[in-house]
Amino acid sequence: MDDDKDAERRAYWRATLRLTAGLLVVWAAASFLPGWFPDELNTLTFFGWPFGFYMAGQGALIIFLLIVWCYDRWMLRLEKRYGLNHEE
Amino acid sequence: MSSRPALLRRLGRYYLLYSIGFVSFVGLLAVAEQFGLTPRWIGQIFLFSTIAIYAAIGVMSRTSDVSEYYVAGRRVPALFNGMATAADWMSAASFIGLAGTLYHTGFEGLAFVTGWTGGYVLVALLLAPFLRKFGQFTIPDFLGARYEGHFARVVGVFAAVLASFVYVVAQIYGVGLITSRFIGIEFEIGVFVGLAGILVCSFLGGMRAVTWTQVAQYLILIIAYLVPVGILSYKVTGVPVPQIMYGTVLRDLGVKEQELFSEPRENAVRALFRVRADEYARKIADLPASLAAERLAQVQRVNELRSQGAPARDVSAAERQLRDLPRSPDEARLKWERVRQESLARTVHPPPHAEPHPGHDRAARDIARNNFLALTFVLMVGTAALPHILMRYYTTPTVREARSSVFWSLFFIFLLYVTAPAYAVFAKWEVYSSVVGSNIASLPHWVASWGKVGLVRIEDMNGDGVLQLAELTINSDAILLLVPELAGLPYVVSGLVAAGGLAAALSTADGLLLTISHALSHDLYYKMINPAASTQRRLVITKSQLLVVAVVAAWVASMRPDSILFMVGAAFSIAASAFFPALVLGIFWKRANKWGAVSGMLAGMGITLYYIVRTHPFFGGSMAEAWFDISPISCGIFGVPAGFIMIAVVSLLTPPPSPEAQALVDYVRLPDLHGRAPTGENGL
Repeated sequence: MDDDKDAERRAYWRATLRLTAGLLVVWAAASFLPGWFPDELNTLTFFGWPFGFYMAGQGALIIFLLIVWCYDRWMLRLEKRYGLNHEE
Repeated sequence: MSSRPALLRRLGRYYLLYSIGFVSFVGLLAVAEQFGLTPRWIGQIFLFSTIAIYAAIGVMSRTSDVSEYYVAGRRVPALFNGMATAADWMSAASFIGLAGTLYHTGFEGLAFVTGWTGGYVLVALLLAPFLRKFGQFTIPDFLGARYEGHFARVVGVFAAVLASFVYVVAQIYGVGLITSRFIGIEFEIGVFVGLAGILVCSFLGGMRAVTWTQVAQYLILIIAYLVPVGILSYKVTGVPVPQIMYGTVLRDLGVKEQELFSEPRENAVRALFRVRADEYARKIADLPASLAAERLAQVQRVNELRSQGAPARDVSAAERQLRDLPRSPDEARLKWERVRQESLARTVHPPPHAEPHPGHDRAARDIARNNFLALTFVLMVGTAALPHILMRYYTTPTVREARSSVFWSLFFIFLLYVTAPAYAVFAKWEVYSSVVGSNIASLPHWVASWGKVGLVRIEDMNGDGVLQLAELTINSDAILLLVPELAGLPYVVSGLVAAGGLAAALSTADGLLLTISHALSHDLYYKMINPAASTQRRLVITKSQLLVVAVVAAWVASMRPDSILFMVGAAFSIAASAFFPALVLGIFWKRANKWGAVSGMLAGMGITLYYIVRTHPFFGGSMAEAWFDISPISCGIFGVPAGFIMIAVVSLLTPPPSPEAQALVDYVRLPDLHGRAPTGENGL
């Protein structure tokens, strides 16, 4: 394996790590903030729901779906950018 | 082999036809019900026809090829692997129990909803693509290769078998529960009928048969879950989308709750429960004299009734009461204490449905909040560590498909979990607004028929002939089945729901049994005891292990062990603390080595088990011993960080892993390339 390719792969992995860390921050916020500040959030109303209840029961789930979807898209782009998209 | 898009289209066509067939079958039964088919028959037709479908798929997908048997030939498209994972994941507890838990606990129950879905983010970001790239057969396989040797593999096998076995017993128990309560055959027979359904699949076709059966099971369970609450939502709000509409119903429910909680007769009943609790407290304090007095009084009463020539029914009722009297002061103490606790619980109103972290003071509310967060965390990390789920991502064709398959898994799971809170709110609204406050003599028929099997209990405490909220007890497991009754739907819908619950339990049991038998036969036997074993012999060993494990699990389940829900929680904590740190650090930290991993897994699991024994009454522990008032179900909150710290510290104190292990890390981090793994893609 030549050095050029090696450096490229290291850059790919660093980009992957940055993306993963960013998405994990969003995940942690969606998972734990509604449970930590429910009273504060419940002062707002969202289509009839107290907002804290909505976030824990439905909003967080939608965010989770979006995170996993974005991760898949972004990783595809990363693979293309670093020339790792040989299959298919 | 056909090309991939063609395969996808063909599978799509098959399952579409299958769904249409199933829906028409349900429609046919509905028509037959109008012509007088009895509920008992409907239940049994559902039970046997669905098991026959699963068995037929199992027989059609039978295989004796190792790769097919262990990982379904690695050509399950992302969409279908997502459905199979969803069925694998959603157990009897999710399907039957979750709606009831949410009904009884309101906001607090949402920890299960976020916890059981959020874990898939961890699976997607931290595990699935890398495990697929590694491309072997089991989770201990990865531990063995990454942490060089049998030590890590053995610890992995032990943890996988322990967590999966506890979990599979709960599933088989669930099968027995569904068949006995809703279809009306005996518990023990139900357990073995279910077992037969599970075995036909996994025994003949391994992962391949289980995958295609799980897709079929997912379709049944999701139809069964969405239809009744959709109709109830239509009845209450005029829109059949309960997930969107339950917000407004929740608001109305809050108003209704305030109304009920301030009603004078309601409070009178609660006061009566206080009197009863005090009475039992006195009786317990006066033991054994109080028991003797009680016995004497009841003997006198029976004699009195007899001498007066009272109706036979009254006499036998009094005799039964006498017979049921505790035999010893110790038994009386236990029994009466339970009654006292139950009565005490009913002296206060249930917390309003939307109120987060209820408690009488600041400290109690903080404890509730900490437990809520801890439970959410443990369920998420546990999800990302259960071997039967992770194993499914070995079955996709590529790393790319493993990633999108996690998206589909989460999507299919989302459909159920986003509906569960709606179930609870709609059921509660109907119960509060149209059942409570009505005349006890004219209650709907389900109250009586479920009263017989102990799912519903009413007791007219104040004797006014009207049902107060405090006089009604509904078992958690009954809430899901309550919804078709509340919506006034024919019995065929209840049968459909029971079939869905059965599908949920069977599909999870299938996946778990495969995990256990693979761990024992592949990791323990083939990799460690007899690496020279022929393919033929390995499959024979796997299949016989499967049979033994299944029968032992059914035997344990048929003894009806207590606290089954607690055991499921424990399985999550065990898996979380044993696997998650070692797997994640194995991929993201090259320096993690064998000694670190082994000590981290043992430390994590050890702390988790120790905490359970220390705090759970089943093992003689008590909550007085708890750390930070965390309840035993969330014990993984201590085990997971301990595992991470232990791996880091011990790895840094011992020499770094070999170049081969580091090359493996580099290998799994990259997506699909033309190059092959150091161990070989098909390293059998």
